[in-house]
Amino acid sequence: MNDDEPAREICMETIDQVAVKREESEKDGTAPAIAVEDLHKSFGSQKVLNGISLAVKRGETLAVLGRSGTGKSVLLRLIIGLEKPDSGSVRIHGRDLAGLDLDQLGEIRMKMGFLFQHAALYDSLTVEQNVAFPLQHHKKEASKSEQSERVRQLLAEVGMAGHLEKMPSDLSGGMQKRVGLARALALDPDILLLDEPTAGLDPISAAEIDDLVLKLQAEHHMASIVVTHDLHSAKTIANRLALLNEGNVVIEGSFEELQRSDIAFVREFLGHSS
Amino acid sequence: MIDQKFSAVAGVDRPLPEPRASAVSPVASSVLGPINKFFEWFGDLGIFFWRVVRAAVTPPFEFRELFRQLDEIGSMSLPLVALAGAATGVVLSMEARYSLTRFGAKSLLPAAIVFSVLHETGPIITGLVVSGRVGAGIGAELASMKVTEQIDAVETCAVSPYRLLAAPRILACILVLPLLTLAADASGLLMGWVAQALVEPLSFHQFITAGFKGADFNDFLPPTFKTMVFGLIIGLIACFQGMRTQGGAAGVGRAATSSVVLSSLFVILADVVLVKLILIFFP
Repeated sequence: MNDDEPAREICMETIDQVAVKREESEKDGTAPAIAVEDLHKSFGSQKVLNGISLAVKRGETLAVLGRSGTGKSVLLRLIIGLEKPDSGSVRIHGRDLAGLDLDQLGEIRMKMGFLFQHAALYDSLTVEQNVAFPLQHHKKEASKSEQSERVRQLLAEVGMAGHLEKMPSDLSGGMQKRVGLARALALDPDILLLDEPTAGLDPISAAEIDDLVLKLQAEHHMASIVVTHDLHSAKTIANRLALLNEGNVVIEGSFEELQRSDIAFVREFLGHSS
Repeated sequence: MIDQKFSAVAGVDRPLPEPRASAVSPVASSVLGPINKFFEWFGDLGIFFWRVVRAAVTPPFEFRELFRQLDEIGSMSLPLVALAGAATGVVLSMEARYSLTRFGAKSLLPAAIVFSVLHETGPIITGLVVSGRVGAGIGAELASMKVTEQIDAVETCAVSPYRLLAAPRILACILVLPLLTLAADASGLLMGWVAQALVEPLSFHQFITAGFKGADFNDFLPPTFKTMVFGLIIGLIACFQGMRTQGGAAGVGRAATSSVVLSSLFVILADVVLVKLILIFFP
């Protein structure tokens, strides 16, 4: 029992040092908004993520590309805490998600916006009520008219101002994604996670969504991760691209750096995508 | 280096144990598999219940959703429960008349109907009808939300689905079941009297006076309030089955079916225990 005490003291000192280091990096703004380290995730015997590490700073957009089933969407779900990793860590503004209870996780999620692949609008609520949902739960100090004003402003921002009373089932896929984006932005997040924002859309609607994301990025200066199959979209909206294969990052860099790569998988992926 | 130590101490980075070769024979694993699943289901249900209780007793409270569910589960179930109660009253009246006449105890007919309805048929019929209507409804609704990622969307908006979706539904089931039981009891007694009066002239006053002669609150309150346990079972199982479903439209169907089957089964099993407890504590 006594033999363990010096070791425990050393461990406690180490923990304190790490905590101090993180607090300092958070204060001076050098901690990335999103930091993923050595993340592993399996479903049964299927290994989906195999030691992935990524970091995204505020104002930066990272596009995550890869074949279907390589764990791109799972990565986003791990970052927002909808799934738990088998090992590795996810840090949001330097704060590790592991071990947080639902309330603590909720505090972090309030700083994050998430656009689902199929928008995931609440089908029993109107467009207006969908966008108002986060405000009603987290901006209770705001009056009804203030909330309503904010909803109108958000919907105008995504080009859906005239569709307040419509139900989600009355909207096209592109319109649903716009409303989903407005809902994701409702709490003015500083992190935005987009899961296939242009999937299933015609080229014109996809380009409109890309323009919208670019505009929102410029206005809100968020850290964003965009999961997509659409290389053109990734090239348009992202500062950096990360290509995933077999649960890990094959290459990370600008589109030009990916083009210059000699890695066979990267060349094959870009060749089929172009 | 420091980060690695920190993670290891905090238990974050603990490596998963290597999968071991199964030492269990295929025959044994085919037997143990369902047993493991059975206990796993109860374990998951227990964790789910604990999360719902924690969400229900800590603010913010979702009163608006609770009132919506009280209306949805309570007033919408009222006609069905009253109809089922009425039909049971008629059947009970006809059957009891036949049996009691055979054994020369026809004068006990009003009391037999009143006691049967209040003690057992009213509560259990209400429990089963609500588990059919509400269990399927909650199970299918939440399962549909789950497979379309709407529950995940609730979570990403930093709102607890246990607080917003499960707690109001379960609480509404607990609160409305005794009230619906009163409706089933009232319609059962009324139609029991009608079935009697059609065969042999008997005023409602006479029927009720004879029926409640010798009855006290112990014959009425414990059986009525035991349906709060039925409400807990129906709401809990339907929410649990709905929120854990997987796999598209088929998953929604499975969740609705299993909600009804399991909640009906557990209502009947709970009734066995509750009847015994009532007989012990309210003799």
